Amino acid sequence: MRRFQPVESVATLLDRDNIDTDQVLPAAFMRGIDPDYGAGLFALWRRDPAFVLNRPGWEKTAILVSGANFGCGSTREHACWALDEFGIRVLIAASFGEVFRDNCIRNGILPIAAGAEGLARLRSMLRDTQDPVHLLVDLATQRVTSPGFEMAFDLPAADKTALLEGLDEIGMTLLEATAIDRWESAEKAGQPWLQTLRTPL
Amino acid sequence: MATLFDKIWDAHVVGPRQDGRTLVYIDRHVIHDLHAPPAFAKLRKTGRDVRRPDLTVAVTDHMVATSTGRTTSTIPKSAPFLERTRSGALEFGIRLLGIDSPMQGIVHVISPELAIALPGSTVACPDSHACTVGGIGALGLATGTTEVVHVLATQTLAWNKPRQMRIVLDGGLAPDVTAKDVILFVIGHWGSDMARGHAVEFAGPVARALPVEGRMTLCNMVTELGGRAGLVAPDASVAAWLKGRAFAPQGTDWGQAVQAWKALYTDADAVFDQDLCIDCGTLEPQITWGIDPAHVIGLSGTVPNPETAPVAERAELRRALDYMQLQPGAPIAGVPVDRVFIGSCTNARLSDLQAAAAVVRGRHVAPGMHATVVPGSTMVKREAENLGLHQIFLDAGFDWGEAGCSMCAGVNGEEGSPGQRIVSTTNRNFAGRQGAGVMTHLASPETAAAAALAGCIVDRRAVQ
Repeated sequence: MRRFQPVESVATLLDRDNIDTDQVLPAAFMRGIDPDYGAGLFALWRRDPAFVLNRPGWEKTAILVSGANFGCGSTREHACWALDEFGIRVLIAASFGEVFRDNCIRNGILPIAAGAEGLARLRSMLRDTQDPVHLLVDLATQRVTSPGFEMAFDLPAADKTALLEGLDEIGMTLLEATAIDRWESAEKAGQPWLQTLRTPL
Repeated sequence: MATLFDKIWDAHVVGPRQDGRTLVYIDRHVIHDLHAPPAFAKLRKTGRDVRRPDLTVAVTDHMVATSTGRTTSTIPKSAPFLERTRSGALEFGIRLLGIDSPMQGIVHVISPELAIALPGSTVACPDSHACTVGGIGALGLATGTTEVVHVLATQTLAWNKPRQMRIVLDGGLAPDVTAKDVILFVIGHWGSDMARGHAVEFAGPVARALPVEGRMTLCNMVTELGGRAGLVAPDASVAAWLKGRAFAPQGTDWGQAVQAWKALYTDADAVFDQDLCIDCGTLEPQITWGIDPAHVIGLSGTVPNPETAPVAERAELRRALDYMQLQPGAPIAGVPVDRVFIGSCTNARLSDLQAAAAVVRGRHVAPGMHATVVPGSTMVKREAENLGLHQIFLDAGFDWGEAGCSMCAGVNGEEGSPGQRIVSTTNRNFAGRQGAGVMTHLASPETAAAAALAGCIVDRRAVQ
């Protein structure tokens, strides 16, 4: 997985609570051999020409700002794939669906559970302007900044390491690669028939 | 003081991962045409390689057509899945058992049949019925798509050790009662989530007396109990069943393997999180009446009446009766049936087809009946044809298909029409599982065959 780099992007406000994963990615976009998850992101909302992601200046947003319980509902990891393929790197919300939050970490997306005061300031700043507002999100220093705005955030150390090092599930397991090598050698000595799958005649 | 599950699990623990999960080594990874294409795509996208292509096998089963003369393009929607499974297997150096292979078949049927799965081995498969291989004492672990990529890249799974449950199957089975009837009875008795978070070992005289293929039927439906894995301790009959199969160990390996398998049992003083016992001595053949695998009754039984059920259950019972178009309190025998499906990883091994053929022999299906046999594997099909079973079915008016998941998974479009009632040897009777508005009754191959002849649900003892 890619290492998490500082993100500078226009911030997009989805000014509501309880945005569930069916809104993030409708189920219809999970079917078929080659689904375009990015095209499915907020697909029902994007049908509305006035929806923020359709407005000039916001099409390439990498930062979403929202309310409580973002990513609740179905545990589909596809919702994270949709965010990722669209280009979203950071979610700033009051809280997240539990499984969804873990899936974000595994997919290289930073889920910031912001403090009430900082989030309120951020939401009102975005709400009060018609112009794009750019934010800089730096995970190393755990700060969100913009001219005239600054907010610190918390993140469990293991999640921070996973994101900064680009450790997805597989990356985390491959930290134990020598243990896996060792285990294979031991099985080859003890139960050799399990370390081979003989090509049949 | 270890359980059978402890012994297999502990022997495969690589170590802890930094997030506290346990890395469990996977001896065999068997993937199929529904989940292989997205997994291959994800591997490519992340630039990773397959760690042990030599321990990985890909098979086409979910998406293939099962009609005679099939090709990879018989079902247009399936064609890209089959093509990407083929091209991905080629790219990553994985052995593919496609429809042109004599070893093709349903992943859970071919894994033991080809001795890809072995007693004491861990077998990962991206399908909830991975637990089937527990019938030969292999630990089958079901995974999702993301975990497939993880196993491909690392040959391990990151799991938390499940809790453990033993179900002692006591008594002896009446002659007409099969492994399918036993597992349906267990699910009906305890409910479809009683084993949630548990690995289940079946023990006791009934489990021991079951033939190897019946043990697979038993373990197959552990997932309908909510369990993570199912096991029966392997005995000498398992070694005899495996000997000489395509991928079975050979020479000195075989002798050593058989010796090692003798240690695969639960120690007398081992303790389970839950230790249960059920008497199977008075069992009659079972069938589902509703839309949950736990909606089970005996063939002489009557459909439940919501009005006399506990208040908390009434709404669910009414919903099930409504979907299934059944009258409360009515006998299940005599309910008219439109179709019969004999197939799936639950009940399409050779012994299942033999049992169904014994019921069908010399008779004919009821007028208007659409009855189908889909062998569990191409090898089962060939063996059945060598025994002349196909002729018995064809003479009786059954269709005789090619191997695949077909109407069980229904993902390839082979399904029933709205309003049709099907007696099916499969494992799931959820509303719409075999097509929108299709009413499914799960039963043994014998009971399904008898329904095809009678044109209604019937106790096969009555048609003989």
